Amino acid sequence: MSTAFILIAAKNIRDTILDHESELESLDREIGDGDHYINMKRGVSTIVEMEADLAGYPPDAVLNKIGMKLLSTIGGASGPLLASFFMGMAKVLKEKGDESTHTYASAFAAGVDVIRLRGKADLGEKTMLDVLIPVSRQFTQLAADNMPVPQICTVLITTAEQGMQSTRDLIATKGRAAGLGERAIGHIDPGAKSCQLMIAAVCNLLLEAKESLG
Amino acid sequence: MKKFINKTDDMLVESLSGFASAHSDLVALNLEPNFLTRKQKASNKVAIISGGGSGHEPLHAGYIGHGMLDAACPGHVFTSPTPDQMLMAAEAVYADKGILFIVKNYAGDVMNFEMAAEMLPFESATVLTSDDCAVINSTYTTGRRGVAGTVIVEKCVGSLAETGADLQACKALGEKVNSRTASMGVALTSCTVPAAGRPTFDISNNELEMGVGIHGEPGRRREAMRPADAIIQDVTNAILEALKPSQGNEALLLINGFGATPLMELYLIYNTAAKLFNQHGIKVVRSLVGNYTTALDMAGASVTLCLLDDEIKQHWDSPVHTPALRWGV
Repeated sequence: MSTAFILIAAKNIRDTILDHESELESLDREIGDGDHYINMKRGVSTIVEMEADLAGYPPDAVLNKIGMKLLSTIGGASGPLLASFFMGMAKVLKEKGDESTHTYASAFAAGVDVIRLRGKADLGEKTMLDVLIPVSRQFTQLAADNMPVPQICTVLITTAEQGMQSTRDLIATKGRAAGLGERAIGHIDPGAKSCQLMIAAVCNLLLEAKESLG
Repeated sequence: MKKFINKTDDMLVESLSGFASAHSDLVALNLEPNFLTRKQKASNKVAIISGGGSGHEPLHAGYIGHGMLDAACPGHVFTSPTPDQMLMAAEAVYADKGILFIVKNYAGDVMNFEMAAEMLPFESATVLTSDDCAVINSTYTTGRRGVAGTVIVEKCVGSLAETGADLQACKALGEKVNSRTASMGVALTSCTVPAAGRPTFDISNNELEMGVGIHGEPGRRREAMRPADAIIQDVTNAILEALKPSQGNEALLLINGFGATPLMELYLIYNTAAKLFNQHGIKVVRSLVGNYTTALDMAGASVTLCLLDDEIKQHWDSPVHTPALRWGV
């Protein structure tokens, strides 16, 4: 996954988030305070605007700069969590120094772990982790099985979708909707939804481009 | 939505600029990153920094000045500020005795202040405020939410810091005040986040939200509208339950408006709440009534009781000179 790919993916992510404005807004209004879409839009738009500044750097440096920028633009809980994800990913890419599918799988897993630590949350608490943890586990497994990238992407799109849907019936114990108790049941978590959208945007781009991760 | 706005994106900066210019004798504003400091930098004291999402004015910038905060970091509406704001603010107000962050307990605020503290080149400590006894866990929090009681924490800790007390002493007093303070709010209408353009929650004319948070997030339950005394009785009972005060305990009673409730109603609430607390053997010896921790344009109010001891009373009474609280000077 090259810097050029990351920059195209950033545009795809922005377009996907903007395309889902009304859905993200209404999910957050139901069990949050309605600012999730605005914050995400500000973050993803800023990253696209950074394109020229990022183009000359290797992928690990690009992801680290993206993390730092998200940290200072999104705010709220999503800001530090998404920032931690990209910075955690960047660290592994830098250490491993290659761009294999295995490396990207372990970088993704490291990013998800940082979110788990920073947010003090885990699977089944009606948060973005209900998408990220299953996707990370699946990605690690499929990379270990040496499955080709397009097939990995197809599976991960489904895994992310299932993870997002799983938040509908959960009672929240962390993050957004904790304390709503049973009132949160029946509502998809907006953070889980935006993570699913972002994962799908990147996977779809890889499927279209048939660009190999390694 | 009907509000005084030019462009939604410009609203925060225009409001901050107006605030800074209206109170130019007391505060100075830095933009990008956004933070406010005292006009006159203090020396040789713990620097007290707070911050949080905007929309709760006068919290926090209104409490910058002698006897309270050294700096405040405003985020976007109902959205935590980001670590770069806290780092730059700390850089600006550091006065050789460390930085104390006063942070309302919300996941976003906690994480952003935590990351700032990790990156800070100075010694720092954090007081988390969690006075809202309506619910244990809530939207955005693990544990109780920090609400209007934060003002009392900021006042007392700010007072202690002026005496040259060290970082750990300031933190300890903040935690003591927080542990002796409980609040609960009631909403009669929703607030409207300007960028969202429509009310955060739907509530009909004959309903109230008992235990509402300061972002319009749900509380204990949706109830039928009733006479004020009956509503306030539920609120004071919840506070008594949370604090379990002993007979004869002296207290500070704060009635806080959420932004769209007139002072006439706030004083009516004070009248009822003070009587009810008195009936439970509490001596209300200090009071504060007004809009101190708002939720944009929400109609409603919160009741906060802080159990005083000599130390807290002394620091509550000490001189303070800020845009929103001023006495003794």
